[in-house]
Amino acid sequence: MMATVSDQQRKRIHPHKFSLWVGMASILMMFAGFTSAYIVKRNDGNNWLEFTLPPVFWYSTVVILLSSLTIFLATKAFKDRNMARYRVLITITAALGVLFTVLQWTGFEYLQNHGVKLIGSNSNPAGSFLGVITGVHMLHVLGGVVVLIVLFARAYNSRKKNYSTVPIEVASTYWHFVDAIWIYLFIFFNIVSA
Amino acid sequence: MSNEQIVHTGTSHGTIHGADDHGHGAHHHHETFITKYIFSQDHKMIAKQFLITGMTWAVLGGLMSVLFRIQLAYPDQNFPILETLLGHWAKGGHITAEAYYALVTIHGTVMVFFVLTAGLSGTFSNFLIPLQVGARDMASPFMNMLSYWFFFTSALIMLSSLFVETGPFSGGWTAYPPLSALGSASPGSKTGMDLWLISMALFVVSQLLGGLNYIATILNMRTKGMSMTRLPLTIWAFFFTAVLGVLSFPVLLSGFILLIFDRNFGTSFYLSDIFVNGIGALPNEGGSPILYQHLFWFLGHPEVYIIILPGMGMVSEILSTNSRKPIFGYMAMIGSLFAIAILSFLVWAHHMFVSGLNPFLGSFFVLLTLLIAVPSAIKVFNWLTTLWRGNIRFTPAMLYSIGFVSMFISGGLTGIWLGNSALDIHLHDTYFIIAHFHLVMGVAGIFGMYAGIYHWYPKMFGRYMNNTLAYIHFWVTFAGAYLIFWPMHYEGLAGMPRRYYDYTNWESFKMFAGLNVFISIVAIIVFAVQLLFLFNFFYSMYKGRKVASQNPWGSTTLEWTTPINPGHGNWVGEIPEVHRWAYDYGKDGKDFIAQTTPVGAGETVNH
Repeated sequence: MMATVSDQQRKRIHPHKFSLWVGMASILMMFAGFTSAYIVKRNDGNNWLEFTLPPVFWYSTVVILLSSLTIFLATKAFKDRNMARYRVLITITAALGVLFTVLQWTGFEYLQNHGVKLIGSNSNPAGSFLGVITGVHMLHVLGGVVVLIVLFARAYNSRKKNYSTVPIEVASTYWHFVDAIWIYLFIFFNIVSA
Repeated sequence: MSNEQIVHTGTSHGTIHGADDHGHGAHHHHETFITKYIFSQDHKMIAKQFLITGMTWAVLGGLMSVLFRIQLAYPDQNFPILETLLGHWAKGGHITAEAYYALVTIHGTVMVFFVLTAGLSGTFSNFLIPLQVGARDMASPFMNMLSYWFFFTSALIMLSSLFVETGPFSGGWTAYPPLSALGSASPGSKTGMDLWLISMALFVVSQLLGGLNYIATILNMRTKGMSMTRLPLTIWAFFFTAVLGVLSFPVLLSGFILLIFDRNFGTSFYLSDIFVNGIGALPNEGGSPILYQHLFWFLGHPEVYIIILPGMGMVSEILSTNSRKPIFGYMAMIGSLFAIAILSFLVWAHHMFVSGLNPFLGSFFVLLTLLIAVPSAIKVFNWLTTLWRGNIRFTPAMLYSIGFVSMFISGGLTGIWLGNSALDIHLHDTYFIIAHFHLVMGVAGIFGMYAGIYHWYPKMFGRYMNNTLAYIHFWVTFAGAYLIFWPMHYEGLAGMPRRYYDYTNWESFKMFAGLNVFISIVAIIVFAVQLLFLFNFFYSMYKGRKVASQNPWGSTTLEWTTPINPGHGNWVGEIPEVHRWAYDYGKDGKDFIAQTTPVGAGETVNH
């Protein structure tokens, strides 16, 4: 695919990396849309349920922060051509990503058990907002997990040696990004519901 | 008069290299029918796919408007042919009220999104960006292909919604809840709305994939010497269009996601205190339909600039080329595009002046809305001064470009009326609005598209379109557009509301019965002339006069340095280097100097 791109063209930044940044701006706008809607709805004061966040969200926050560290180390390992270490680290990262979504899910269950319905009849927009926003974020984390699985499969393909650091760098930047989105959401939910 | 006669009257200058008719790209790889015409990754083929799909929808959307115009003109007559065509949607040859609103809704949706967004910027961003910046293809040809196929799937799903038993969505193209959120609200809110939502969600994905590519290509893949201020204005316009799309479509998507939950999972983001006839009170409490309007119009307003900016860019290019003069105020043109792009994010609430918006807050939106008149006026001034004392060649593309400026002025001026929240109390939801946005966005947008098609057709297909048919097409469309939409201003000022099925029982609007017949007849004529364009388009593809020279319009830009029928990769051998801006027309006694010509000794440099 990229064979059609001439090497003589000036490249300031790799087009894939640049596309990722634009894509992240786009995702950021979606979450900005969600959280602005949350504020607008909350401020109209019509039937808004106040509730505390599930404590398990603290654990998921720690997990996703850890995963950012592991993918950082994985990128470093790849650059050092330490492939064994690289494979272990991206596996850990992907596992932490899955663990994060599982923890978020238990958070949802906690809310259901404490009388906050997220969806369905008689649910309150306050709970629904939390469910939809964190749910959409979970999908973005799982998207990152899929990318890591692809990279993992590539790292085991012995016939095709891959020396380009672009794919892992793109995956890593995206991973840090969804991490940062969660931190933003976590702080946002804590502040506005406080 | 043939194109060559028009182009070469009085101009013998211009470097014409030996034309390579087959245009072997630098990477001539084996192509099957499927990789060449269907799952193609060549930006030029993808552009043609967008164009053909957009044109198909333009025909369908146009046909819908003809159908509902028949109802508006003859609310008390029966046309048996309608029953043949629409079945039980037109029982006894009379379009039902549900079918009428469904037609209005789908006409709006497909014209705005499929024709004037995907069909316009999808086609020309794809076609022109790599060719004019000097790149072999997009930053990611694969994502580019995905962008088209997401659009195609989206279009297919929208098409399928026309054939479900309860009909397509019928709640207006803006899909306000509760009509869009409650399946029980009307027949058109059932399966049709589900399909509408899926289709639009896929469409957003398509736009994001496309927009990402356009931005990355423009910023990263320009050829040597092509600084940002040497770019043709087309590229600047496509750039801002893509930025608007990438930043505003996700917000629409967030609104749609909440809508999907309200529809299917019993949440109450947009719903509160609702009583449905036959069902009773709904349990939904605490939602706000105004919330959806905020999310929708945060996209919705940038969307109208997504539609008009590509037209502005192409018109700037075509006006300059066919006036044989540099564009007037190149930097001001970029600055005004930038100003429009910024302001477009700050005016969405002017669509909501009568939604209960705080009047104090509304006055800020009035001010910001009226500010858009400034960059718009700069652009109009620059187009007119580019034409001023130019050596004008009235090619069909040039006529459409001048028509674009005319429509933009006529429709833009009423925008100043509507931007005032006080006047909007009277004018909102009337035919005045219809007249305003059809002229300034709809007709101007489609004129930009026609200008682009006529101008770049030789590059797309290596043949010319027929000029006689093109002139007939232009003059009938141009006169027709004014005859259709101008009278609507009067109807709107008199308070005639939009979206209604039948005005005959309304004493105040009986006087407009004749005018409505007139508008509908003109609409049918204009629609017929578009079929003439379609004939010209497809006939010329196979039988049109072949392009004999590499640079038929005497243009300065890079796309005319490629072979007449460029292969995948665009240039044979090296990509040319750029030495000057794109508007050296009539400089130092020369008709034009291509961007690839090095600056000569003693020559003044513009950029």
